[in-house]
Amino acid sequence: MNQETITLFSPKLAARLDALVLKYPLRRSALIPMLLYAQDEIGYLSDAVVAEVAERIGITELDVRNVATYYSMLRFKPAGKYNVQVCTNISCMLRGAYDLYERFQEELGIGHKGVTADGVFSLEEVECIGACCWAPAIQVNYDFHDELTPGHVPGIVAAYRGRAQSEEKVPHA
Amino acid sequence: MPRLVSHPDEVKIVTRRFGKGAAEIDRYIELGGYAAAKKCLAQGPDWIINEMKASGLRGRGGAGFPAGMKWSFVPKQSAKPKYVLVNGDESEPGTCKDHLIFLHDPHAVIEGTIIAGLAIGAKMGFIYLRGEYRYLLEIMEKAVADAYAKGFLGSKIFGSDTEFQVITQTGAGAYEVGEESALMESLEGKRGVPRIKPPFPAVVGLYGGPTVINNAETIASVPHVIEMGAAAYAAVGSPRNGGTRLFGISGHVERPGVYELPMGYNLKKMIYEVAGGVRGGRKLKAVVPGGSSTPVLLPEEIDIGMDFDQVGKAGSMLGSGGVVVIDDQTCIVEFALRTISFYQHESCGWCIPCREGTDWLKKSLTRFHAGFGEAKDIDNIQYLAENMMGRTFCPLGDAAAMPTLGFVKKFRKEFEEHLNGKPCPFAKHPQVAMV
Repeated sequence: MNQETITLFSPKLAARLDALVLKYPLRRSALIPMLLYAQDEIGYLSDAVVAEVAERIGITELDVRNVATYYSMLRFKPAGKYNVQVCTNISCMLRGAYDLYERFQEELGIGHKGVTADGVFSLEEVECIGACCWAPAIQVNYDFHDELTPGHVPGIVAAYRGRAQSEEKVPHA
Repeated sequence: MPRLVSHPDEVKIVTRRFGKGAAEIDRYIELGGYAAAKKCLAQGPDWIINEMKASGLRGRGGAGFPAGMKWSFVPKQSAKPKYVLVNGDESEPGTCKDHLIFLHDPHAVIEGTIIAGLAIGAKMGFIYLRGEYRYLLEIMEKAVADAYAKGFLGSKIFGSDTEFQVITQTGAGAYEVGEESALMESLEGKRGVPRIKPPFPAVVGLYGGPTVINNAETIASVPHVIEMGAAAYAAVGSPRNGGTRLFGISGHVERPGVYELPMGYNLKKMIYEVAGGVRGGRKLKAVVPGGSSTPVLLPEEIDIGMDFDQVGKAGSMLGSGGVVVIDDQTCIVEFALRTISFYQHESCGWCIPCREGTDWLKKSLTRFHAGFGEAKDIDNIQYLAENMMGRTFCPLGDAAAMPTLGFVKKFRKEFEEHLNGKPCPFAKHPQVAMV
């Protein structure tokens, strides 16, 4: 891979993506996981990420965008370091998801797809996340939090804010 | 960690290893794991398919198609490689059973995949999990790696000359990908748009090869069918509905959770005894019996056995087994609106009746719930939904139309109560339009 690649992705991610294209009978099957893993590290699908993924798969950037725009987890703008996703679908709604969602909006001062000024949090109202029997549920990035009430919100926000602060002191290895 | 529940009426077959550390391969083996795959390897494909047919195991994704029959449609000879595809895209609102299977018993999924592969003569299987299930994907990936290390997967499985590889895959957020042909498109690195059928996946599927696609719960049931024997498994359920089902009971019940009950278990009993009844002693208003796409049942309609045939006879569907319980403090118009908002968001946009139909239904219901509805809108909503039915390539159009029709027909009075600027008698939260 060229020099730009090395600076765009961490060596660990680059190695993971190198292995990923060899995993399937067809190279292109690596496309969706590759976009997701790249987004996990970079934060969103920047132009540089799209270009890099297109090259790795061997398809055009347009083709990458055509696929990526279909999937709701993939994004073309940065989200917060911690993306709070509140499910408001039927099972969660019946158990107070909208109260929970409102409380997150108040606590974070942002609405649907908003990002806090410090970049630590973003908020999203999402469709069913597969935690219906433990409703209402949210995901913060990939972590589930089940059986919540609005009273849980300040604690959750404080915990992730604390994590963001402690990680700031120790830069990524 | 999602809470596990228990009830004396449960028959723990698929869930029997839950909470017992079976995600670790040695523990899984200790609990009887991989014996079924070894037995199948010795017995051969015809025996496996006959056992599956005799077991009465029907597809747990929602359609209820007999699994053994599906497997038998795959041609024995094929120029292209054959594949097994496990659908763990679990996205139907009200459904979270596969979540627990991946968490507690990932090797059952692998073992079921191996058996399906042996039955149809495939050398490769894919296990596809929805993108939100990252922590479960990591559990599955570790389980797959452990199975390779033991020689249960690879070029000579269990020391035989048979090859079987398993590949895990993540989605990235799309309900539509739970539809079998859209799932194959997604796995090929494309937009999750359904394919025209025929040809069916059993003939032309993944990468153009014959493919069997089963729901994760179906696949996780397979080793148990082999282990118990088809006749014993079939005897647990009701006629033509073999075995158990992981019913996810959610909404306004005292004890929501995933309960494993025999097929044909009484729905009323499920709500009032197993799940502890309606929360706070309130009255039952409605039940969505099998995930958000299944037509709603009224309290007087729930004295039925929960299997594919009996729920069908009652005018709804067993679907994915996600039972959503609604109490009398709930606005059905708002519930209908939230349901259609989901389908509008998830429609892939390929078929016009679905793309336009879900959008107009959402618009109509939004306006209706806001108090700006007119009497003719009720008929219009019904007319729109009826015209979506059966007019799309995949079932998403039907999945959006069916529940809407149910709400309008069974709760017409409540729709009428929203007319002429009257505020919703229940409304607290105006719905936020999702982008």
